Amino acid sequence: MSAKVQVQTTINNEPVEFLCEPRQSLLECLRDIVGLTGTKEGCGDGNCGSCTVKLGDRIVTSCLVLGVEAAGQSITTVEGLAHGNTLHPLQKAFLENAALQCGICTPGFLIAADALLQKHPQPTEEQTRFWLANNLCRCTGYDKIIRAVQAAAHEINANSGAAQ
Amino acid sequence: MSTTTYNVIGTRPVRHDGADKVTGRALYGADLQLARMVHGAILRSPHAHARILRIDTAKAEALPGVFAVVTAADFPPASADKIVDFGEGDTLLSSLRGNILASGKVLYSGHAVAAVAAVNAHVAAEAAALIEVDYEPLPCVLTAPEAMAPGAPILHEHLPNGNIAETVRYEMGDLAAGFAQASLIVERELDTATVHQGYIEPQNATAFWSTDGRIQIWCSTQGSFVARDATAAVLDLPVSHVKVTPMEIGGGFGGKINVYLEPVAALLSKKAGRPVKLVMSRHDVFTGTGPTPGSRVRVKIGVNPEGKITAAQAWLAYEAGAYPGAMVVPGAMTVFACYDIENILIEGYDVVVNKPSTAAYRAPGAPNSALATETVLDEIAEKLGLDPLSLRLRNAAREGTRRADGPRYKRIGCVEVLEAMQASPHYNAPLPGPHCGRGVAIGFWFNVGLPSSATLSVNADGTVNLIEGSTDIGGSRASLAMQAAEVLGLRAEDIHPTIVDTDSVGYTGVTGGSRTTFSTGLAVHDAAQLVIEQMKARAARLWAVDQAAFANGVFSSNGHSLSFAELAAQLGSTGGPVSCSATVNPKGVGGSFAGLLIDLHVDPETGKTSVLRVTSVQDAGKAIHPAYVEGQMQGGTAQGIGWALNEEYFMDAAGDMRNGSYLDYRMPTALDLPMIETIIVEVPNPGHPFGVRGVGEANIVPPLPAVANALYRATGKRLNRVPMNPATILGL
Repeated sequence: MSAKVQVQTTINNEPVEFLCEPRQSLLECLRDIVGLTGTKEGCGDGNCGSCTVKLGDRIVTSCLVLGVEAAGQSITTVEGLAHGNTLHPLQKAFLENAALQCGICTPGFLIAADALLQKHPQPTEEQTRFWLANNLCRCTGYDKIIRAVQAAAHEINANSGAAQ
Repeated sequence: MSTTTYNVIGTRPVRHDGADKVTGRALYGADLQLARMVHGAILRSPHAHARILRIDTAKAEALPGVFAVVTAADFPPASADKIVDFGEGDTLLSSLRGNILASGKVLYSGHAVAAVAAVNAHVAAEAAALIEVDYEPLPCVLTAPEAMAPGAPILHEHLPNGNIAETVRYEMGDLAAGFAQASLIVERELDTATVHQGYIEPQNATAFWSTDGRIQIWCSTQGSFVARDATAAVLDLPVSHVKVTPMEIGGGFGGKINVYLEPVAALLSKKAGRPVKLVMSRHDVFTGTGPTPGSRVRVKIGVNPEGKITAAQAWLAYEAGAYPGAMVVPGAMTVFACYDIENILIEGYDVVVNKPSTAAYRAPGAPNSALATETVLDEIAEKLGLDPLSLRLRNAAREGTRRADGPRYKRIGCVEVLEAMQASPHYNAPLPGPHCGRGVAIGFWFNVGLPSSATLSVNADGTVNLIEGSTDIGGSRASLAMQAAEVLGLRAEDIHPTIVDTDSVGYTGVTGGSRTTFSTGLAVHDAAQLVIEQMKARAARLWAVDQAAFANGVFSSNGHSLSFAELAAQLGSTGGPVSCSATVNPKGVGGSFAGLLIDLHVDPETGKTSVLRVTSVQDAGKAIHPAYVEGQMQGGTAQGIGWALNEEYFMDAAGDMRNGSYLDYRMPTALDLPMIETIIVEVPNPGHPFGVRGVGEANIVPPLPAVANALYRATGKRLNRVPMNPATILGL
């Protein structure tokens, strides 16, 4: 075992400090040290997307990032998507469109889809499929996930239009 | 077709566990944290077949941070021929145990040999690498035809017939006479590769062996009672000494019925005196858990000039993997199950090979055999100049049709599925251009019953708590709560479903066999009727009348009336709480038929296949929550397309899986598939009060042959091997 390193980060808009070994992945740090188990591990080698989190202004598979690399950075996990008791439009759309079955891939899809909608506020089906191709789902065949993302985009755009 | 009108059934409420699952609060097995918990790692065999000469764990035990090391020697002694049965057939205890920790020989690369518990997973992995195992490598055999050949390496000396663990034979009518009546006979042989269920959540188990001799287990399982009973059997304990708490489960598809980690975590915990958590890596999931069998299937079908099948013959050899139990029996039972045929001979072989011991995967065994039948029928339709769906309709199984394995069908929806396919917009739309093909196929799955239990307790606020034991893989909390709500005259959201541990609910079989909405639904229905009876008695007591009636959510008698919620608020003053339980072991299982229409485009230069349009059709009996029924159909279709086009265990000559990662075992991504259209057919199952059949499985049967048939239409080639990937398509 090696000496532990102190890491200062911001997670879901709250300052968080944790101690980790240099070899521990960000995913391990989030789940086992910080206690944010909403981010899931499906493969450990960056191929399933279940551990997707937002790190700074990009999304990463947190199993391929070391915990120490998160020092000074801002992280968003699935636990940070809702505002208090109000679900994020994506979370609401996933529920209303039955876009999850077992739910293990859902946190990764939600974080990835949130990043998609920030880049493409009204993505086409093709853009949505391309963007979400980093995230594996074995239950749904993706149909209802794609529909949920597009429904959420509509709702976000309608609300921002109403606000203007 | 279903004509009854319902208030709740058939609607699409938000699932009860939904908020927890989109906010990250739902607790899956790997999320569990317990005080003093330590972490395990498993050492696996690098050889596909080898004798274990010596295992030395001293260096691992001496590593700082290590709490326990176990091998098969830590299992309690048991007789070699003891048989165990957890509701889905007999298994030798020695096979069950041998697969969990190898004893004497390793039978596949990835076979578990020893396990370690340590302060964290990294130290546990380091310690596992320090365990010394001396192997005497033996020749391996990897496919059923090779394993059946004379002189093949033998896996189990105790099997009387070499590597053939079991044979099955179904015979009906007069085969020779049937073929003599045929004007056209087509025979084909097709192979399928080993494939994995591919659930995204790896297997995990946490165990604590308490000083009172009881073991508590938290795990990801399709059946908490099966996990309990199997763990107790392996550890030679009474079942009541094991309590299994099912955590949320991240997919299963049949692959999370068998136990792999639970007994090992328990043994480690006993030595360590602490809770021990084991979580598989993705590579361990591929190489150390049960995929579904690779197979060779030969089918010969004869028809008369009108397209009526006069005789059908099938020969099936399925790879069981390391221990007996390939899904050849259901493969044989389903091979001609969609059709009304008088003269049939089916022979099946369960063959052990040096690959991981196989497990169920969604309608296990049926896609392999349907591939052969449905492609042969496609060829017959083409040669007769018949519409492929019309040919199938001409021969379709109906109420009263006898299957080759014995039973006569009750009311079934095979014809209705075919008619829905024929009438669909998809079937009547043109193909978009050259190098495109449309394939069709149908398939059958039995579905199962098995026992289930449920308890309903009425709350003073008019809601009802539902306690049940079926782990929820795809929305079954909702489909069960909706059945309770329908009987009780409440809304779906008035029911609060909770899945509890094995000490807290009556015995409940696995979430598998498409049975949960059917069987546990029946238990919920029966418990709800008991609640109504008790509530009616309370209303009668309150009004001092002989009896009260219940309709549309209202109790009434002689001008009195109370809503369910109003009466619920008065239970305390009319005799106390109302809580009712029911246990069922249903016999009225309704089989399900499914069909697929698929349009493909094949790039003639690269052999790359693009999926253009897909329509999945299935007889649900009655769709309780149509969105989750569609979800099952879409999911099974996507898995079937991956199986047909791309997925396989790529084994080298030494029996090593060379693609044991998601990068290389490439499952369909969002970019590989189009929207998946669905048509739910509803031919009610007379064996269920709402007509439920169960929808989890039959949908994966048609994709293999439908893809093969579409590829033929696109390329002019009849391929004989799945996956039909670019190399197969180009003949490389």
